[in-house]
Amino acid sequence: MSAVIARLVASRLFWPVVMLLALFAINLIAFPGFFAVTVRDGHLFGSLIDILRNGAPTLIIAVGMTLVIATRGIDLSVGAVAAISGAVACSIILGSPEPGSLATVAVAVTVALLISLVLGVWNGFLVAVLGIQPIIATLILMTAGRGVAMLITEGQILTVNSPPFKFLGSGFWFGIPIAVIVAAVVFGAAALITRRTALGMFIESVGINPEASRQAGVRARGLLIAVYTFCAFCAAIAGLILTANTAAADANNTGLFIELDAILAVVIGGTSLAGGRYSLVGTLVGALVIQTLVTTVYTVGIPPIATMVFKAAVVTIVCLLQSPTTAEALRDFRRRLGLRAGKGVVAS
Amino acid sequence: MTKLLDAPASPARPSRPGRAGRGASGGGPTGPGRTPLSARGIATGIRNLLTSPKYGPVTVTAILFVAIFIVGGVRYRGFFSGQVFLNLLVDNSYLIVLAVGMTFVILTGGIDLSVGAVVALSGMIAASLLQTGWSPGVVIPLILVLTSVLGLLVGLMIHVFKVQPFIATLAAMFLARGLCYVISQNSISITDATFVELAVARIPLGGNLSITPSVVIALVVVAIAVWVLHATRFGRTVYAIGGGEHSGLLMGLPVARTKVLVYVISGFCSGLAGVLFTFYTLSGYPLTAIGTELDAIAAVVIGGTLLTGGYGFVLGSVLGVLVLGVIQTIITFEGTLSSWWTKIFIGALLLVFILQKVLTARRR
Amino acid sequence: MTHHTDPAAPVVEMRGISISFPGVKALDGVDFRMFPGEVHSLMGENGAGKSTLIKALTGVYLIDSGTIALAGEQVAFSGPAQAQAAGISTVYQEVNLLPNLSVAENIMLGREPRRFGAIDWRAMRRRSAELLAGLNLDIDPGSLLGDHSLAVQQLIAIARAIDVQAKVLILDEPTSSLDTDEVAELFRVIRSLKEQGVAILFVSHFLDQVYEICDRLTVLRNGKLVGEYLVEELLRIDLVQKMIGKELTTLDDLEQRARSVVVDESDAALFVNAAKLGRRGAIHPADLPIAAGEVVGLAGLLGSGRTEFARLLGGIDRADTGELTVRGKAIKLRTPRQAISHRIAFSSENRRDEGIVGDLTVRDNIVLALQADRGWFRPIPKRKQDELAQSYIQALNIRPGNPDALVRNLSGGNQQKVLLARWLAIAPRLLILDEPTRGIDIGAKAEIQKLVFTLAENGMSVLFISAELEEVLRLSHRIVVLRDRHVVADLENDGLTVDSLLALIADGSVSVEEPGEADAAAPAVTAGAAVAASATAPAPPTAPTTDETEGGRR
Repeated sequence: MSAVIARLVASRLFWPVVMLLALFAINLIAFPGFFAVTVRDGHLFGSLIDILRNGAPTLIIAVGMTLVIATRGIDLSVGAVAAISGAVACSIILGSPEPGSLATVAVAVTVALLISLVLGVWNGFLVAVLGIQPIIATLILMTAGRGVAMLITEGQILTVNSPPFKFLGSGFWFGIPIAVIVAAVVFGAAALITRRTALGMFIESVGINPEASRQAGVRARGLLIAVYTFCAFCAAIAGLILTANTAAADANNTGLFIELDAILAVVIGGTSLAGGRYSLVGTLVGALVIQTLVTTVYTVGIPPIATMVFKAAVVTIVCLLQSPTTAEALRDFRRRLGLRAGKGVVAS
Repeated sequence: MTKLLDAPASPARPSRPGRAGRGASGGGPTGPGRTPLSARGIATGIRNLLTSPKYGPVTVTAILFVAIFIVGGVRYRGFFSGQVFLNLLVDNSYLIVLAVGMTFVILTGGIDLSVGAVVALSGMIAASLLQTGWSPGVVIPLILVLTSVLGLLVGLMIHVFKVQPFIATLAAMFLARGLCYVISQNSISITDATFVELAVARIPLGGNLSITPSVVIALVVVAIAVWVLHATRFGRTVYAIGGGEHSGLLMGLPVARTKVLVYVISGFCSGLAGVLFTFYTLSGYPLTAIGTELDAIAAVVIGGTLLTGGYGFVLGSVLGVLVLGVIQTIITFEGTLSSWWTKIFIGALLLVFILQKVLTARRR
Repeated sequence: MTHHTDPAAPVVEMRGISISFPGVKALDGVDFRMFPGEVHSLMGENGAGKSTLIKALTGVYLIDSGTIALAGEQVAFSGPAQAQAAGISTVYQEVNLLPNLSVAENIMLGREPRRFGAIDWRAMRRRSAELLAGLNLDIDPGSLLGDHSLAVQQLIAIARAIDVQAKVLILDEPTSSLDTDEVAELFRVIRSLKEQGVAILFVSHFLDQVYEICDRLTVLRNGKLVGEYLVEELLRIDLVQKMIGKELTTLDDLEQRARSVVVDESDAALFVNAAKLGRRGAIHPADLPIAAGEVVGLAGLLGSGRTEFARLLGGIDRADTGELTVRGKAIKLRTPRQAISHRIAFSSENRRDEGIVGDLTVRDNIVLALQADRGWFRPIPKRKQDELAQSYIQALNIRPGNPDALVRNLSGGNQQKVLLARWLAIAPRLLILDEPTRGIDIGAKAEIQKLVFTLAENGMSVLFISAELEEVLRLSHRIVVLRDRHVVADLENDGLTVDSLLALIADGSVSVEEPGEADAAAPAVTAGAAVAASATAPAPPTAPTTDETEGGRR
């Protein structure tokens, strides 16, 4: 019995899940109807659905970020890439004679996604070919990217009136919000591609021990470029959803701070910033924790903008729990406890 | 079958070329300055200066600043005046102070993402306390103490708990920004007589030129920082940590204390910058100074400090702030050029400076 | 000789020092002492515990048990700063200076002269200029450290160490990047410090230098003390023997099989041929032909170039001279991946940093190279992976036999077997094993040795590197001896003994009686002559011509 509990506690998903459950519990006390999901006009409604829908963009980016972080990297430019893709899509739709047509929206979305691939290759080139530290390499696009987005929107907030585009952000399909479906597809695709091919193993191997991987014949260069490209692609999808949700491209505020939320989701999910083993399920839980936290703050009646204080608390707690210093202190504590308990423990 | 090969009788070590300088009369294989003075010598001298990891980037920045200033002077009427230059200092005094603190952190190889939020937080604290009638003489020291303590906590988190600087300062950023909202969600204006006085005061320099008290404070901070980094053991340890933390430790330097202290300094500078910022805006607003941390980091990098630590100067960072400022001024003078070009320019400059580092490293 | 060499009280006395790292006992009850005014050397192979002992003395590592006394007083350092303050000064092997600061600062940092609280830069430059002049080093103290060559940096590190009025000066591999003149200069400095009564610990893997400068030496092996000796009383050959040790595992069965194998030496069977393959600063150009099914042993001390040479063949480092042919076709190896595609596998001596991927499972570690060779898009099916893992776990007796266990939790021997499995999984034609048996238990060692045999019998070529000569002798058909980054002999394993190999490794003299061949080679050099020659006149490296080698083979 205690062995099972010990295994559970040792699992990297244990603390994130506990945190999520605790947040659910707080919500349930503050708002008994929290878990209720109703069907209205054939669409699902409820707090849980809200959490899923509002958390979708963060989750999508966090999926890409997980793979980047697993290779010992980081991508700060995702917010800027999201802003660029939203700006590109909106300006194409606005410039078209038929903003409402499905073809226009398809072109807009495709072009936005293609541009994100270019941006991702750029990041990957700086990191993998020129060997620049990821945090520095992606800082360039983080800074310049917003400027580029503003260049595209010419400093305006581009409001589009295009039902198919709007549908991306706030539509439903079989009663489920489109954003949630897109997030599920991205998540599933990432899981499938990395775990059904050897990519996942190579990513982890390069993240854990680059030199050993090189000697084993793993080519890190192409791998890194692919991972940064995928991350930018995810950022673009999230940017499109965010833009479609409000039907407006705001170069300044689309995806602002979303890189931080995404990194936070990854870290909460148990993937170490030092690279190596990653868990997409952990990232999913992490993203849900963040979004639930925002919702909780709201339902409990604290001014919603104070959420950041709670985020700070969560980051600090997670980091301190993961810290080697803490682990050492705990080990010491347990050893002393074991000594005090005497020789009876030896049998177990 | 046994084969015997010619066995060298002793560890034969052919002397390597290019190393003849040592011990001979040549004066040693050092960097700039050893080449004889001739046209070619000067050319190599300049190349050495530009590719020197210590002086290269800051030289490039200085040339860049002068070039932009000259271009501005040629293109726009009234650009080439002393007051335009002084206004760069007036408008950016808070950013100079931020960049000074950031320089300390980046020199050790760290980073501080919290500075923008801390600027906003100190503005909020100042505005709200002054509103309830506190005296500025108490409020300002209080802010500086609080922000220094925040820096101390961040430093301890980084050093004791081995949390990456990026994440630890991110937490501080969330905390500071969140606390802003907790204080108030709206803008609070400042009507305190001392603050208003400081905000409008000009110090005449003669010949229609003037600066603000904020500029004086910023320049004093710069002067102190230059002295600390150049002439104290603490300052040299900051550089040593950036050059190689492990080596510094083996040399017996106080690495732990220094690493924590740079974040205290950055916290203090952010608090001071926040106060200067309120002199400038006369209000506290929770959404203010968003992204300022990026400006500060950009100024430091453009000023020639390596983001990996070890190389750089405070005066370079000041130059970096001035470059950012002069780009902004040009865009204002141009009129038709929109403000977003600033960000694109900054990004491009960052790229140039980072690429220069990569190329220098390859050449060596 | 001088009154310094044998005074009553040692300045350093370490007793029963033990230090453990997770999974390894790095030092096991080692005693060590140094007297004032002597030059002492610490000798030992990889993993002997030299670096650990030095770091225990300089306060970098905390000791688990034992005592350290400095000038008769018990000390317990909690960091390098304390050790330095107590008069122990160290120049580490990897020069631990700061490339971003000036030469003067690197010498004086931590004890800069100060005036009114500020650093007195002029006094600092003056003082460091004096110190540099004392080392005959004519460089500008204001120049950046990073602008200087590694050799100069090493001397600057020594200048820093001298300035502290040290009682004990530790020089860890100070000569590895110095040329002959620089070494002579360093020795002059060491002698003058010795005159002043400083105890100097000089660690070097150049035997000639140890014999030239040292008075006394302590030998370590596998974390244990072998003994303390006066240099003048210890023959070179005995020293090498003490460092390498004798392994008493008897594998009679194998021994007999070894002799019976006949290697097909026809051209067609020549799998790999390295012709004048070399890399600056690592290994002088040398030849190495390896036939299919042949086990070639590389023998030599640490730093002799044995690992460096093997890395060129494995594509880990790029050769800058020479040519490599695989089955008669010239190839260039730029990456390990290219070597793998030619079915050449290199298993590094540095298991932790260059071998295992600790946080991955046993299964992932076993299939890694094979999968990398196939590319990411053609994953090995899960069932096939399990089969592979299971079959190697059984064949190599990997414990625990759980393919899902994380490799970092396995013992050293089992980690090594996982690595072997990784390389065997790609079905290599040439397997390069760099110290595959270091730091693992006897049982695992015997298993790995047996495996090498079976592989060679099945036609695989093996390049086998080991510090243990018995092992090399037992396994190899041919033995290539390296010394000071040169190949000094290439011998059939026929009538060779540990003693004859030791002689070659120690000073290049050859005691094998092969009259016909010996004439063609350089006359044997005696130990004494080698010592005398080394300090002043380096003989130019005379690599054998290709004709000779080829002629010998046909």
